[in-house]
Amino acid sequence: MKVASPPASQVDRTAELTEALERRRAEMRRFAAALLALGLALFLSVGLATGIGRMEVGWNAMAAVLLNKLGLAAAPVDRTTEVVIWGIRLSRVVLSALVGASLATAGVVFQGLLLNPLADPFTIGVSTGAAFGVALLVMLGVGGAFLGLSPLPLGALVGALGAMAAVLVLSRDAGRIRKESLILAGIVVSTFLSALISLIKSLDEESLSAIVFWIMGSFSGRGWIHVGFLLPYAAAGFLLAIYHGRELDILALGEEQSHFLGVSVNQVRLKLLLGASLLTAGAVAVSGVIGFVGLVVPHLCRLLAGPSHGRLLVLSAFTGALTLIWADVLARVILASGQELPVGVVTALLGGPFFFYLLKTRQARGMW
Amino acid sequence: MVIRAAALELGYGDRLVLAGLDFHVAAGEFVGILGPNGCGKSTLLHALSGLLPPRGGSLTVMEQALGAIPSRLRAQTLAVVPQSSEVRFPFSCLEIVLMGRYPHRRRLGSLTAEDLLWALRSMRRTTTEPLRDRPVTQISGGECQRVVIARALAQDPRILLLDEATSCLDVRKKLEIFEILKHLNQARSLTVLCAMHDLNLAALYCRRLMFIKDGRIIRDGPTEAVFTPEILAAVYDTAMEVRWHPVYHRPYAVMLPLTPGAAAPEETATPGVARA
Repeated sequence: MKVASPPASQVDRTAELTEALERRRAEMRRFAAALLALGLALFLSVGLATGIGRMEVGWNAMAAVLLNKLGLAAAPVDRTTEVVIWGIRLSRVVLSALVGASLATAGVVFQGLLLNPLADPFTIGVSTGAAFGVALLVMLGVGGAFLGLSPLPLGALVGALGAMAAVLVLSRDAGRIRKESLILAGIVVSTFLSALISLIKSLDEESLSAIVFWIMGSFSGRGWIHVGFLLPYAAAGFLLAIYHGRELDILALGEEQSHFLGVSVNQVRLKLLLGASLLTAGAVAVSGVIGFVGLVVPHLCRLLAGPSHGRLLVLSAFTGALTLIWADVLARVILASGQELPVGVVTALLGGPFFFYLLKTRQARGMW
Repeated sequence: MVIRAAALELGYGDRLVLAGLDFHVAAGEFVGILGPNGCGKSTLLHALSGLLPPRGGSLTVMEQALGAIPSRLRAQTLAVVPQSSEVRFPFSCLEIVLMGRYPHRRRLGSLTAEDLLWALRSMRRTTTEPLRDRPVTQISGGECQRVVIARALAQDPRILLLDEATSCLDVRKKLEIFEILKHLNQARSLTVLCAMHDLNLAALYCRRLMFIKDGRIIRDGPTEAVFTPEILAAVYDTAMEVRWHPVYHRPYAVMLPLTPGAAAPEETATPGVARA
């Protein structure tokens, strides 16, 4: 009953196939070239961003420190330069890249999953959960260190994952996860937790500034330990997302058609949500709430690379990393007084107008 | 038998929509599912596509209980074309058709020449090749339906279900799509089941008709035998004339106005619905 290759116009068909395959390969080559360019840009950006700051450091000093850390050279330059380059700047740049990549990837997943161009990593209340976790710890005055880390990131992580679990439980309807109920449940959980945060702020005025500062999002004072903290979440989330990239494409057709095409919709949705939430929770835990990266970067990449999620995820991760590296550099140097701005303020100031521009061009092209 | 339903009961929540369904569909049949609005045509198709688990009775596809077939395997045998398909993201039509290869592709495996060949072939069969690089968000409804049919064909299915897939299309587009279905049905014995409203389209292409009303199948048989004024009147509560086309040898129904001598007395008796 299965059909053998039809004999009619075999030659023509082969030519057509060859052409289509060739086009496919050309696409892959373009993608590889873009990746190479982005990788190079990322490498250069890490170097440049590490060099920028109140204390000038050159490429030579950086190379010396790096070689030393890799065990390839003897102790470098002076101790201060080493601390500035390795302990302060490079760790911060790497962390901002990792957070940027995580937020952008999570944004792609949430937008694809919820079929909502306005979805971002914080749509389903993950950030409010994290903020609540932090607020609670600040109010309770939990101090000290856990595994060398202040307890705030842990509180944020637990809060974020708790909020996500609450949203999932709320949005499950007879064993199915509907995207409409997901957004609604996200709003409900988010609003409720915001109210609790306000309650904490008003009950305990001393904690106010700590909470507000944390919510604004910043990389100030973060180091390698935070990179280590985020890395497993970022890796797990990114792998989950990439693994299900093809399903993410199909889910864009809607629940029913995904089912018709053989996608186990609920399972895949759950895994993707989990992946995106891990990415967001990890990022929020180490840096606070940094908005707009997860909203704008996926849009920009979709505009440039088309909607196919396999490619989009990778490109967005790179672009998100680049964006946040430079946003953080701006946050460090923009004020003449030498004071730092919270990087969340920079991304919002840049992201808002840029998003407006994207929206207008997309409207002009009739894309939404 | 590619489909077997025995004492099948279907419904949503507490509501029983269809009960006591017993029917078989053999490979290569072309079946039209007809009935008034809300009679359960779509419910039946939802069940056949595995979207709606049966509440009672049994439903098998290729002699296997449908619910027990893993999604990917099911999608290798059975493809569905819904009434309309809105896509939010601007995938090219070729990308949409390639999604039909999903159940056949290995996870993380790259696209093979065979997948691409299937997609191109399906697009050729549905004459959607010129749309290959167009974003699916920018094509017309009729074009989109053909692309979705191409995607269904790329699944290389043995059974194709259509849920009023041509209802929104003009007469030319409808005929084009049914010509494609007829060709696939005859040339590669694809089993076709379509829920539809257009009686004459059904009479023209379907070789078997299944009439659903009041939660059950009230008639099921070869088109020539069941496409009669009596049965149509019973199903739709509407008097119709059935004539026989002298050249094409297919029956067709002629609609008659409801008011004079209509078979639905409660309609005509109601004051206010009389037309000017």
